Amino acid sequence: MKILVPVKRVLDYNVKPRVKADGTGVDLANVKMSMNPFDEIGVEEAIRLKEKGVATEIVAVSVGPAKAQETLRTALAMGADRAILVQTDDDVEPLALAKIFKAIADAEQPGLVILGKQAIDGDNNQTGQMLAALTGWAQGTFASAVAVDGDHVSVTREVDGGLETVKLKLPAIVTTDLRLNEPRYASLPNIMKAKAKPLDTKSPADYGVDTAPRVKTVKVSEPPVRSAGVKVADVDELVAKLKAMGVHS
Amino acid sequence: MKTLVWVEHDGAAVKDATLAAVTAAAKLGEVHLLVAGSGVDGVAKAAAGIAGVGKVHVADNAAFGHNLPENIAPLIVDLMASHDAFVAPATTTGKNIAPRVAALLDVMQISEILSVEGPKTFTRPIYAGNAIATVESSDAKLVLTVRGTAFDKAAATGGSGSVEAVGAGSDAGISSFVGAEIAKQDRPELTSAKIIVSGGRALGSSEKYQEVVVPLADKLNAALGASRAAVDAGYVPNDYQVGQTGKIVAPEVYFAIGISGAIQHLAGMKDSKTIVAINKDEDAPIFQVADFGLVADLFNAVPELTGKI
Repeated sequence: MKILVPVKRVLDYNVKPRVKADGTGVDLANVKMSMNPFDEIGVEEAIRLKEKGVATEIVAVSVGPAKAQETLRTALAMGADRAILVQTDDDVEPLALAKIFKAIADAEQPGLVILGKQAIDGDNNQTGQMLAALTGWAQGTFASAVAVDGDHVSVTREVDGGLETVKLKLPAIVTTDLRLNEPRYASLPNIMKAKAKPLDTKSPADYGVDTAPRVKTVKVSEPPVRSAGVKVADVDELVAKLKAMGVHS
Repeated sequence: MKTLVWVEHDGAAVKDATLAAVTAAAKLGEVHLLVAGSGVDGVAKAAAGIAGVGKVHVADNAAFGHNLPENIAPLIVDLMASHDAFVAPATTTGKNIAPRVAALLDVMQISEILSVEGPKTFTRPIYAGNAIATVESSDAKLVLTVRGTAFDKAAATGGSGSVEAVGAGSDAGISSFVGAEIAKQDRPELTSAKIIVSGGRALGSSEKYQEVVVPLADKLNAALGASRAAVDAGYVPNDYQVGQTGKIVAPEVYFAIGISGAIQHLAGMKDSKTIVAINKDEDAPIFQVADFGLVADLFNAVPELTGKI
C-alpha cells in the first residue's frame, strides 16, 4: 500500500508571529520556517506503517514556493521514499489544495492519505475533510491511533469529551492530532541520503487546478491586548477580591 | 439570507455550542436548523424552542446516529439547495462535517469566525490567535464554523420554530462507528463552564493534581482543565487540555494553577473574563495576562484558598 503525505512549510512553531505594520499579513521575511508540526506527525505515522510492513511506499507532497523543497527533504530524511513539489508562490487555500491532492491521489492511487489536522499558520482545519469529500473516501480526523486491518483502517479520534473510534474502508483519509506519535529526528546520514531521493517539481496547472483565492483577506491585525492586573499579597487578599466578584462556594 | 445551522446534540439535549452558532447565523438572516440523528424527536422539539428559529429540518435515520460525515454531508448538501449559508459550531464534530460539505458545494469554508462584519465578511483567528484576519468570501454560498466563546448564546427557550421531516438519507457504507470513551463527569463541561480550575506541570504528578486542583474545583462547582505540559506528563486525560491545540475556553473566572503561560496555552484561555494565576515564579508569563496574580507556592496557597473561599 502506498501512503500519500502532504506537508506544509510554515512559520516555525517556536517563533512568535508578528503582524506586518501595513496590516496585510504576518511577517515571514527572515524568520525560521519549518514543517507544520501536525504534518510531521503524519510523516512519522506513515513511516511507522511502513516499518510494520503495512505500507510499501511513502510519497510526500508539498504545495508551496521553491523553498518548500527543504520541507520535502526533511520528510525524505525522516523516511519518505520520494517527493512531489507543486510549486507556486500563491497562498493556496484548502479547497484548491484538496483539488491538487485529489489529482495526485488519482494518479498515485494511495491506500491512505495522512494529513495534519490543520496548519499552524491559517488554522483552517479543512484540507483533509475536503480531500475526503472530493475523493468520496471515508475520513478519520484528529487521529490519536491508526490501525490498518486488511481493507479497513480503525481510527481513534480525539473528540470533545474523550475519544471515539471509527472503522473506515480503504482507501481513506486520516488527519493527525498531537498525541498520535512523537516524530523522529532525521539522522545526519539520512539527511545526506535524502538529497539523492527523487523529487519531482510540478505546477498547479499540471493538475488543472485554479488556485485563485475565493476568500479575500481584507486586513490582518493584532489581537486585543490583555493587560496585566494586580498582584495580590496573600491568599486572604485573593479571597477578598474573588468574593467581591461574587466568586465563592 | 437563509441560513442552515447544524445542531450538535447528544441524542437528548441540544449542546450549548449550537446556541452560539444560532446567534452568529441570526446576524446573517433567517435561521433554519438541521437536527440529524437517530431517534431525535425530543431534540427536534427542544431545537424548535430556541429563540429566533424558523424551520427545524429533522433527519431521523440510523445512518445519522453517530455524526459520520460520510453520511451526513450529502444530506446537508441537498438542503443547501434552498439555503444560502451553512453554519456549524467549531466543535470537533462540527469541524469534521463542515469542510466535507464545503468541498461538495465547491465553497471555501471560513473557519472559527469570531464576528460577523458584513453579509460575507468575518473575522477569524490565525496563527493560534496571535493575529486576527478580516476576510471576505466571494463564493455564492457560505460555509462557516463558529467559535462558541465569541458569540453570546441564543436563548434556549421562547422560540416557536416549525418542525419538518426531511428525506430518508442513506448509509454511504464506507465508515462505521465502533465505540467511544467519553469521560463522564459530575461537573460542568469545560467549554461551557462559568469557572475553570486548570493545573500545570508545576503540580508534578497526577496525585497532586487530584489533591490540590480537584478540591478547589469541587468547592466552586468548576470544570477541570490543564496545560498541555500537564497532559503530556500524564497528570490528566487529553480532553482536559486548554490551549491552541486543545479546548478554547472563555469562562467568567479561570484559575491557572502552576501554569507558566506558554503562548499555546494563552491562546486557549486569554478571552476569559477574569484570570487568576497562582505560581511561585514571579516572572512567569501567565502574570502578564492575569487579573489577579499570587506569587506563592501552590501546594500551600491552593489548599488555603480552597479552605477560605
